[in-house]
Amino acid sequence: MTEKTLLIVVSKILIPLILLFALYVQFHGDFGPGGGFQAGVIFAVAFILYALIFGIRTARKVIPSAVTRTMLALGVLIYGGTGVATMLMGGEYLDYNVLADTVKGGQHIGIFIVEFGVGLTVSSAMITIFYTFSGHVNAELPFRKGDKP
Amino acid sequence: MSWEVVTDLLGLLNYWVVIILMMAGFYVVIAQDNLVKKIVGLNIFQVSVFVFYISMGKVSDGTAPILEEGIEVYSNPLPHVLILTAIVVGVATTALALALVVRINHSYGSIEEDEIQVIEHDEEEIA
Amino acid sequence: MSDPASFSDPWLILLVVVPLLAAPVCVLLRSAGGAWSTATAVSWAVVGIAIKLLITVLDQGQVYYRIGGWDAPWGIEYVLDPVGAVVVVIVAVIGALTMPYAKNSVEKEIRHDRIYLFYAMMLLCLSGLLGITVTGDAFNLFVFLEISSLSSYVLISLGSDRRALTAAFRYLIMGTLGATFYIIGVGLMYQKTGTLNMADLRTIMPAVIDTHTVHAALAFLTVGISLKLALFPLHLWLPNAYTFAPSVVTAFLAATATKVSAYVLLRTIYTIFGEIDLFADFPLKPVLIVMAVAAMFLASLSAIWQQNIKRMMAYSSVAQIGYIVLGFALASEAGLAGGIVHMVNHALMKGTAFFAIGAMVFATGSMTLRDLQGIGRRMPWVTAAFVIAGLGLIGVPLTPGFISKWQLVTAVLELELWPLAALILLSSLLAVIYVWRVFEVAYLRPAPLGHHKPAEVPLSMSMPLWILALATIYAGANATFTLNLAHEAAQQLMGGL
Repeated sequence: MTEKTLLIVVSKILIPLILLFALYVQFHGDFGPGGGFQAGVIFAVAFILYALIFGIRTARKVIPSAVTRTMLALGVLIYGGTGVATMLMGGEYLDYNVLADTVKGGQHIGIFIVEFGVGLTVSSAMITIFYTFSGHVNAELPFRKGDKP
Repeated sequence: MSWEVVTDLLGLLNYWVVIILMMAGFYVVIAQDNLVKKIVGLNIFQVSVFVFYISMGKVSDGTAPILEEGIEVYSNPLPHVLILTAIVVGVATTALALALVVRINHSYGSIEEDEIQVIEHDEEEIA
Repeated sequence: MSDPASFSDPWLILLVVVPLLAAPVCVLLRSAGGAWSTATAVSWAVVGIAIKLLITVLDQGQVYYRIGGWDAPWGIEYVLDPVGAVVVVIVAVIGALTMPYAKNSVEKEIRHDRIYLFYAMMLLCLSGLLGITVTGDAFNLFVFLEISSLSSYVLISLGSDRRALTAAFRYLIMGTLGATFYIIGVGLMYQKTGTLNMADLRTIMPAVIDTHTVHAALAFLTVGISLKLALFPLHLWLPNAYTFAPSVVTAFLAATATKVSAYVLLRTIYTIFGEIDLFADFPLKPVLIVMAVAAMFLASLSAIWQQNIKRMMAYSSVAQIGYIVLGFALASEAGLAGGIVHMVNHALMKGTAFFAIGAMVFATGSMTLRDLQGIGRRMPWVTAAFVIAGLGLIGVPLTPGFISKWQLVTAVLELELWPLAALILLSSLLAVIYVWRVFEVAYLRPAPLGHHKPAEVPLSMSMPLWILALATIYAGANATFTLNLAHEAAQQLMGGL
């Protein structure tokens, strides 16, 4: 543990900041540069850093892969559901104008929800990809010549 | 060759970069036997297209497309948005390709295409 | 395409969104049974929507839908015309027949804890293929192309043989190259025209056609789409991918994916470049015809030598794609109608053939001709369905293959290309040889020792097989409906020329 003290201290300072920055990019995305894609990746980076420092097992306790898989599907449903909701409210698919009384308000709410769905899916997809590959490395030790199944 | 020709060619710098990246990536995909290197080549090939689209959106003297007082010329944001989508698709493709390579290595014990072809050829003979 | 005759139809977007949203629902359910029920229900709902759209399109000529209420050409527009409606109905019907068929077949070929993901992937693939067909936006088409391609790579890699993995990997490399070529082409066109809307591209194209940029775009688009279409000699990914994929996946992809790619080729030539006589100004016609004829002969020849029945039919698919492209390349109304009719008929015939093969693999566990000896006596009904499809592939009268080849030959003779007509007939003889090989093995050879008992397949597999086989028989016996549809579609496509 001793040789990792520096890494642990630095990452403990960094991880909250990364998460905070991800949230900024996410929620500032509707009136500045940013959005769900970028925020989702930054958010996932915090977890990947955590897993690199504290080990994949600890990371899986913090956010189990069943949770990321559920979030993955939920994000897509939020995005698509918004579109269906606007249709039910009398607009076209993904026509945000009908979501509020004013056009500006409607666009604001619409893009906010949709980007939230995107962020959720992207971050959980990134974490899932990381879990899948890192879990495989531990369990199967790939890329070693001569391994036969 | 006159000076004008040279400046004309340099003015197309982004296209030169795109073509070099594209051909390099394409060559790696075709020529390399190692499956991981093939994926790297594929990525370089895709990145050349990203560079192509992004440089295409640049408008001379235009700034980043964010509304602000006193600015009238903006770069075209549409190619950037398109490429954001293409990048995400690229990430998904790479992740899937790597996952396939992991499983190929697990079941064949190799990630060299020529070795895998020998194994597959032997299997066909038996079957 | 904002002419006042067409009108907005919200079913157009639901056609794509319903299967797209059902996929994450399958992931959330996490159970094989739940995912199967969802996928089946959704795929049949999609058939309903598709038929409703076909009726509307035949009535109105064309429907469109603007996403988010943004007007074309700024927003993404979905457009459906008669050709598109035909393709949508084929894809939806094959998809809906595949789901019930998949239940038993998949349980035998795929690990139980992965089955729910299999259905999620099937739905994504279905949604991608439908999306390609309805979209009127060149870049949106790329996105759907990648949705369907990525899910089909996964589906192929699920095959039980380890060669499925390498087949999927090769397809991934080739498919991604093809899709990337396509977006390079779209980018070059965008650079010149400033639009991505296909109808808008069509109107602007004549003004910019004499530039190297657009010439390069056309080249990139053609090569990229041909890769996805598996047009000879860019077909190398197809045989192994179809051979080692799970049987249902082969049936689904063989019947739909290549048809949708053919449709993309059609859209590119006749919509985006619709105002330009491509065949007069560019050497596109001879190139496509040579490729098509080469596919018809060389792929059929390869099919003759195969010991594996699935790979034999895969090579046959490459050959049949040749006929479809030949029809498109003739650039006459009759030729185009022939190509479109063959698209429909080939989907029915290959769907039937691969469903039958899937049932044989299910019962015997093998797909080599040696192990299928005497299969005609062990599984008479399944083999009979295969024979129907096989006769169609040859083009025997009263089968759908005859209708489309007749139409193609008529078109060729209309243009007075006599040698080409002879080549079409000659290549059909090659089909006789490979179909005869299966026939001989199935009926004339004794079953291997200890394998004389009749083999059974569950009703969930034989029902979809026979629905498709009966549809094949009907399409052969009464071709008025498909031919009229194809002629109407061809007329509309040629209208711009």
